[in-house]
Amino acid sequence: MGRYVVRRLVQMVPVFVGATLLIFLMVNVMGDPIAGLCGERRCDPATAARLRAEFGLDRPVWQQYLTYMGNVFTGDFGTAFNGQEVTELMATAFPVTLRLTLIAILFEIVVGVTLGVVTGLRRGRPVDTGVLLLTLVVISVPTFVTGLLLQLLLGVKWGWIRPSVSTEAPFAELILPGLVLASVSLAYVTRLTRTSIAENRRSDYVRTAIAKGLPRHRVVTRHLLRNSLIPVVTFIGADVGFLMGGAIVTERIFNIHGVGYQLYQGILRQNTQTVVGFVTVLVLVFLVANLVVDLLYAVLDPRIRYV
Amino acid sequence: MRGATHARWAVCAVAAALAATACGGGSGSGDAGAVLSASWGDPQNPLEPANTNEVQGGKVLDMIFRGLKRYDPETGEAENMLAERIETSDSQHYTVTVKDGWTFSNGEKVTARSFVDAWNYGASLRNNQRNAYFFGYIAGYDEVHPEDGGEQTADTLSGLEVVDDRTFTVTLSQKFSGFPDTLGYNAFAPLPRAFFDDHDAWLEKPVGNGPYLVDSYTRGAQMSLRAWNDYPGPDRARNGGVDLKVYTDSNTAYTDLLAGNLDLADDIPASQLKNVRSDLDGRYLNTPAGIIQTLAFPYYDEDWNRPGMEKVRKGLSMAIDREQITDTIFRGTRTPATDWTSPVLGEDGGFKAGLCGEACEHRPDEARRLVAEGGGLPGGRVTLTYNADTGSHREWVDAVCNSINNALDDERACTGNPVGTFADFRNRITQRKMSGPFRAGWQMDYPLVQNFLQPLYYTDASSNDGKWSDEEFDALVDRANRETDAARAVRLFQRAEEVVRDRMAAIPLWYQNGSAGWSERLSDVKLNPFSVPVYDQIKVG
Repeated sequence: MGRYVVRRLVQMVPVFVGATLLIFLMVNVMGDPIAGLCGERRCDPATAARLRAEFGLDRPVWQQYLTYMGNVFTGDFGTAFNGQEVTELMATAFPVTLRLTLIAILFEIVVGVTLGVVTGLRRGRPVDTGVLLLTLVVISVPTFVTGLLLQLLLGVKWGWIRPSVSTEAPFAELILPGLVLASVSLAYVTRLTRTSIAENRRSDYVRTAIAKGLPRHRVVTRHLLRNSLIPVVTFIGADVGFLMGGAIVTERIFNIHGVGYQLYQGILRQNTQTVVGFVTVLVLVFLVANLVVDLLYAVLDPRIRYV
Repeated sequence: MRGATHARWAVCAVAAALAATACGGGSGSGDAGAVLSASWGDPQNPLEPANTNEVQGGKVLDMIFRGLKRYDPETGEAENMLAERIETSDSQHYTVTVKDGWTFSNGEKVTARSFVDAWNYGASLRNNQRNAYFFGYIAGYDEVHPEDGGEQTADTLSGLEVVDDRTFTVTLSQKFSGFPDTLGYNAFAPLPRAFFDDHDAWLEKPVGNGPYLVDSYTRGAQMSLRAWNDYPGPDRARNGGVDLKVYTDSNTAYTDLLAGNLDLADDIPASQLKNVRSDLDGRYLNTPAGIIQTLAFPYYDEDWNRPGMEKVRKGLSMAIDREQITDTIFRGTRTPATDWTSPVLGEDGGFKAGLCGEACEHRPDEARRLVAEGGGLPGGRVTLTYNADTGSHREWVDAVCNSINNALDDERACTGNPVGTFADFRNRITQRKMSGPFRAGWQMDYPLVQNFLQPLYYTDASSNDGKWSDEEFDALVDRANRETDAARAVRLFQRAEEVVRDRMAAIPLWYQNGSAGWSERLSDVKLNPFSVPVYDQIKVG
């Protein structure tokens, strides 16, 4: 187990370097960002040259990358064009997005898995058909449509919630955005759980458990669900990273100043430091989430061992 | 510091509860102590006067600073604010006298030195100020800001000299009669010593001399401004303060306005324009701003610069149905342009409706004839380049292309060429990579006809993106700048504008309006000619 974790951690290094290098190059390919800083006019060449030097843009790309990575290891993620430290941006953005992701994941686990179990156990019944249709609708409607619609209905027409999230972004205000963010994944989790449960319901160990005279809820939770969760856990694990980085649309609709907002602004302003910094952290989140998922397999299924 | 703030609020709350009076001073009807919330965008550059070149940062500077001059929110005329008088006998040597009794909100007196230090800071290459070129008229600019990449040989502008506490002299490197009128621009604001002594702290919480002071500032999220009770100027805030909230998307701001979470949204998204009047029940404003959209041409490209092409450019201009596009796409928030300036200048200021004449009218047949006479489009085709990231540019570019295609009776004559980001778009322009007409928008820095012509069409001017050059135009602008009589100067500028017309240096498209919507709590909402709300005049309740 310990050796496995170490091996996985070592494997992360090339993935990490490769991913950051790719992002670094991609942002660089978009061209010189200084031209966008002076409005509808040419930056005077002297100031532009000084700004380029300040942000390290006057050196060759490989040198920029090496300096950047060197700084990252000392905890210095550089400065955004408005003079703010990127670490400062991260300190304000990540907690917000983390809360949003947490709510979304909670929705996926609680609502998604529950619906999946219920429909999986009642295959072909009206409940099953109804939920299936519902998930189909949720999957096929784009997030921004669901988001805008719910925002308009709940926020403006009925006045139940504030249409936008305040700067502090407490949990209570993030419930609706979290639901919107989770909606598509939620539908997938429901379907995954349903299929898995329905398949395993007919397996031998379930029949044995029932024959032993175990109470139904114990059969379902301890035997059936535990064995059916592996694909679902894989999906949710990968989703953690996806939700954190992919919240751009949801964050825009609800005016949440999280990771998606910073990334969007970083890309628009072609601010390498911001974009690479945030993506670096997201890559780390992805890698760690994947590792945790793999370790969870062993917990769910004792037959899986890591050596 | 923090404790003190809390204590003040506590006292305010108690006072409000006991006597139902509001905190803060001021007079007039409405609740002078009430705070309104307004939409905002994250400023792109650090919030320094000489470093702010876009509207969002400009909003704040307009609230916390007052300069020598101020542009009247309605007429746009430059009026003395901190300046008691600005005198000159030759349009090159100016003596500025600062009014007595002005202070910064931290108590420091505003003196001649506050201005001179601020201008020297703004001009110095060392400080990386994006607006440094505004000081380019002042003598000695080349030493503190060598454009060619040479070493900076002086720290201060030789053309600025403090005479005494309230007087300083400005020497320009050339005659420029309009110079005093440019002094209302934010870059010319005075700065307190705190700005130089502890720069980081100042940026965290800017200190100025305007009717508002910064109460708290969370970068990228919100800025709370409160009315400054001891403000010595004539334009005291008529409300208790303004909370500027950063919105990523103007649609969300609009939704918040409808839900009652926001009091003032000053950028109504294009998609909401058709229902804004019914949604807000008349609490909506749509007034001309000093912004004009044009199509510029790459004159560095031989194809667009050969003799006869002026006919093609004129033909393209006549092919565009401005009326229809401003009606259907912009729903009246743009007005078809008939000259190269803006209606906010007024007739006396140099705006001349119809100066463009028939060249700006929609005449498809004439257009086709002119394009053919001029030798046709280079390669038989034309692409319009624009940045697709903001401002719903795609819609109107496609519409313009449709217009041209219809007029020329050729499905493939005109196509749009979107560029992903504004920075990339600007890059291609500065690197002279445009192969056809491209979007050029111009928001005035100050309401002078000079500002609509010289930066855009003078040889090698900073915003002359198409590198157009014409000796006659340059000579007329030089003469106009030397001219001391304002009316005569305006006439000379208009003659220069006629040169732009005859050569069709750029195709004028439309004048842009500013728009704003507000909640039932507010009254007296106005937009100034820079399309920024006049916050200090807004009444709450």
